[in-house]
Amino acid sequence: MLMYIGRRLVLAVFTCIAISVLTFIIIRLPPGDFVDAYIANLASTGSSITAEQAESMRREYGLDRPVVIQYALWLGRIVEGDFGVSMMWRRPVTEVIGDRLWLTMVVSFAALFLTWILALPIGIYSAVRQYSVGDYFFTMLGFIGLAIPNFLLALILMYLGFRYLGLSVGGLFSAEYAQAPWSLAKVWDLTKHLPLPACVLALAGTAHQIRIMRANLLDELRKPYVITARAKGIPERRVILKYPVRAALNPFASSIAYIFPYLVSGSIIVSLVLGLPTVGPLLLQALVAQDMFLAGTIVLLLGVMTVVGTLISDLLLMWIEPRLRITGR
Amino acid sequence: MSATTASSASAGASLADDRLAQAGQLRLTWLRFKRHKLALISLFIVAFFYLLAIFADFVAISDPHHTDARRSYMPPQGIHLFDENGFAPHVYGLKGSRDMKTFKMVYVPDPSKKIYIAFFAPGYEYNLFGLIPTNRHLFALINPTPVDGIFLLGTDQLGRDLFSRLAVATRISLSIGLASVGLSLVLGILLGGMSGLYGGIVDTVIQRLIELIRSIPTIPLWMGIAAALPNTWTVLQVYFAITLIISLIGWTELARVVRGRFLALREEDFVIAAELVGAGQFRIMLRHMLPSFTSHVIAAVSLALPAMIISETSLSFLGLGLRPPAISWGILLQDAQNVQVLAGAPWLLMAAVPVVLVILAFNFLGDGLRDAADPYG
Amino acid sequence: MVENSLPLVSVRNLAVEFTQHGGGPVRALDSVSLDLRPGRVLGVVGESGCGKSVTARAMLRILDRNGAIKNGQILLDPGTPQQTDITALPGEGNRMREIRGGRIGLIFQEPMAALSMQYTVGNQLMEAIRVHNDPGKAVARERVIKLLTDVGIPRPETRIDTYPFQLSGGLRQRVGIALALAADPDVLIADEPTTALDVTTQAQILALLRRLQVDKQIALMLITHDMGVIAQMADDVAVMYLGRVVEFAPVNEVFGAPKHPYTQALLRSVPNLRAPPHSRLATIGGAVPQPNARPSGCPFHPRCPDMMPGRCDTTAPAPVPPGQAGASCFKVEDAARVAADVKVEVRA
Repeated sequence: MLMYIGRRLVLAVFTCIAISVLTFIIIRLPPGDFVDAYIANLASTGSSITAEQAESMRREYGLDRPVVIQYALWLGRIVEGDFGVSMMWRRPVTEVIGDRLWLTMVVSFAALFLTWILALPIGIYSAVRQYSVGDYFFTMLGFIGLAIPNFLLALILMYLGFRYLGLSVGGLFSAEYAQAPWSLAKVWDLTKHLPLPACVLALAGTAHQIRIMRANLLDELRKPYVITARAKGIPERRVILKYPVRAALNPFASSIAYIFPYLVSGSIIVSLVLGLPTVGPLLLQALVAQDMFLAGTIVLLLGVMTVVGTLISDLLLMWIEPRLRITGR
Repeated sequence: MSATTASSASAGASLADDRLAQAGQLRLTWLRFKRHKLALISLFIVAFFYLLAIFADFVAISDPHHTDARRSYMPPQGIHLFDENGFAPHVYGLKGSRDMKTFKMVYVPDPSKKIYIAFFAPGYEYNLFGLIPTNRHLFALINPTPVDGIFLLGTDQLGRDLFSRLAVATRISLSIGLASVGLSLVLGILLGGMSGLYGGIVDTVIQRLIELIRSIPTIPLWMGIAAALPNTWTVLQVYFAITLIISLIGWTELARVVRGRFLALREEDFVIAAELVGAGQFRIMLRHMLPSFTSHVIAAVSLALPAMIISETSLSFLGLGLRPPAISWGILLQDAQNVQVLAGAPWLLMAAVPVVLVILAFNFLGDGLRDAADPYG
Repeated sequence: MVENSLPLVSVRNLAVEFTQHGGGPVRALDSVSLDLRPGRVLGVVGESGCGKSVTARAMLRILDRNGAIKNGQILLDPGTPQQTDITALPGEGNRMREIRGGRIGLIFQEPMAALSMQYTVGNQLMEAIRVHNDPGKAVARERVIKLLTDVGIPRPETRIDTYPFQLSGGLRQRVGIALALAADPDVLIADEPTTALDVTTQAQILALLRRLQVDKQIALMLITHDMGVIAQMADDVAVMYLGRVVEFAPVNEVFGAPKHPYTQALLRSVPNLRAPPHSRLATIGGAVPQPNARPSGCPFHPRCPDMMPGRCDTTAPAPVPPGQAGASCFKVEDAARVAADVKVEVRA
């Protein structure tokens, strides 16, 4: 078991390193360097800096050193918590990002949670009542869920809400809480606004998971140990829930682990359509303006948090499956 | 099975035997596939859309790039089938009038002006298949004024006919999907094949790589890379770059399928038999394994395609993928991004319909193919 | 026929049908009658698909969803005031669940597949006990340890917390037997308990079954396709073919003087250690018909060397009357009538 945890941890660390390298590449992709962009930005507001100032800036950011050293310097600063300065806002990146990163995670987790509580019972129902009306209904719903890209769904829902209900659907907070400091009331406000974005995000993943649960449970239901359980005299509901569902939970949980990156990804686009104060709109702005430190940091942090989330799912999987715990495989 | 091992045994293998063995597998798959009505229908839908993609300009009515601010945001205009003389499809001409509230000149349909539709009629110029200059279209107006048109799905802000743009967008969106999947396929077969065939450390390394890619949220990465593409690049360069980006991330699923098949096949008796007879690794791969997993790969491809199409659509929707003057579904949907705009011109959402249809169709198709390839898998 | 006690279970004229998805109904059991008596072993033998397992499942009402009991009775405690007809009980009712495990236990063929890999041996065994009159966790655990000892599992106190995948095949099957015995049933059905085991383990398991059966005076229904197992274990034998009991007799009679042509053919096809070298193995010509293509008349007639045209292919012979030795065969009926006539003649 420790071997398994160890392996996942090592892999997680490697993934984070890979993400940091990729992020660094992205930061350095646009032509010119940070100082050039800074100068251009200043120029648009009418100010400028002297050539010496530019040179010393370059030295300070290590831009005159080889790329690998720059990477190391950048990584070193990150470990200390210095993520650089945003050009657009002229403030430290961490300040600009503020709550948004946490909110992105909250929305993604909410979607993951929704996927679990929806897909599990519906998948079980579909398998146990195979070929029933309910089964066909959910299968059709599932297919539609898979087919509509999440941002499209968000768009349609927003339009419908606007047109027929007259509301401005979207956002994570009501007007009065948007800029307010955190309080219990604000948390409650957030919870009230979460269902819509969470549903939109969760739809495709839920449809996918329902199919997985249904297929695996159908297989398990045919197996002899289910009949053994019945022959013991156990009530039917417990027979189904305790045995085949538990066995089918394994592939279900292991595929849900990989839904998390997809949810984080999806939240970016959906947040753009629904106007959520998460990292998505900020990232897009930063990329368009080539505010590379801001953009790069967001990509890095998103990646790392996703890896952590996936790791947690993996550990959960281990807890569910005794074979993993004992044999480490 | 015996046909294949027999052919490997004799050096001058009978080609007909091989063909029979391969045809046997594919034909069986096809027969199983035909039983899924839904998958069959989906096959036709997909074929229809690809035909549309090839003949896009032929089906289009107005030049998709032709802007005319006078007919901005026109709602869909129906085709009227009958006039006083019987069956004579026509649309109403437009006449200008001043909007009393904004004092702007707007164009509204004028029932007194009838402009008739002809089939296989001349319209705007284009190159059929990119080679043959022609101006024939499926249907077009007879003697229209510059502002007239058949607006089956209305127009956008710049007065461009949505229907025609949709038709042309099909071409780009579907071809990017195809190109990306093709590239992913090459990568997937290469890496998945090596992984499954050689096992050991090669397998471990590739597996870890795949897991790594899967754990990274893809959209931020795409966005980062796509945003870094210089503004000066041509539409074609951007097109290829986007294809590359999408496939570099999407090959993992295909690689897994290929690897899985190789691992399963390695243990199959007929492969061991071929090895025992002395056939080389490469020959084994080609002659014996390939036919067996073709059907699986086809299934995996048709399931991967919709993901690629969604990728391109998402990226273009964000403004980070293809850029105007290219036309793709994502770009069309970008116009519909704003709810205020949508409130005034809801027909812009029609661009979503082919996206959903094609993705649904590919999903059903892929499911049907997967069941046909391996009913017990 | 030794009839020293009332049977615990009497199956009378049981008929079971399965509905195919997109096809007609398939008759899996046709007028099957059996008795299970305390302290005696009934061997049920036949080829794959003859309905042996279906009988067992029907008795516990755990048929697959598309199966249904069409006719007949399964009487528990027949002839006593507590007589219950299992076919008349609601399938998911409390009474039926009490019977499962509490009165009738089932041992499965494949120990690997029959136990869940997600829960420990102890968990699954305690569940079997606690589902019938829960004596509490501690008492149940004690009983499980005793059960494991009874079935011959060494170090039961540690084994109780292991998972099935950590045990060998033989040990797993012992656990399977323990599972069936957990709630102290007086009837035990063993569905091919040794088919998936190697010969040495098979001998051990059979010895265990015999010991348990004698100790607790259980009525054991032993289902198998192995004539050797039957010879070793059974007191009475029921031979089944295509959903019917074609012959029933005490074990010595079945092996010494088989009456039904199918039984004779089965015994002939067992490889004989004393046969001359290089002699061909005897087989039964033809193959078991598909379940949806039952032959008319006697189900065995297409493969029967003694088939009488015009009779065997038109009508089915009468089923074997329960409780008596007999064979469901026209040839045997005729011979019996002739013998009875001769007796009458001789006396006269």
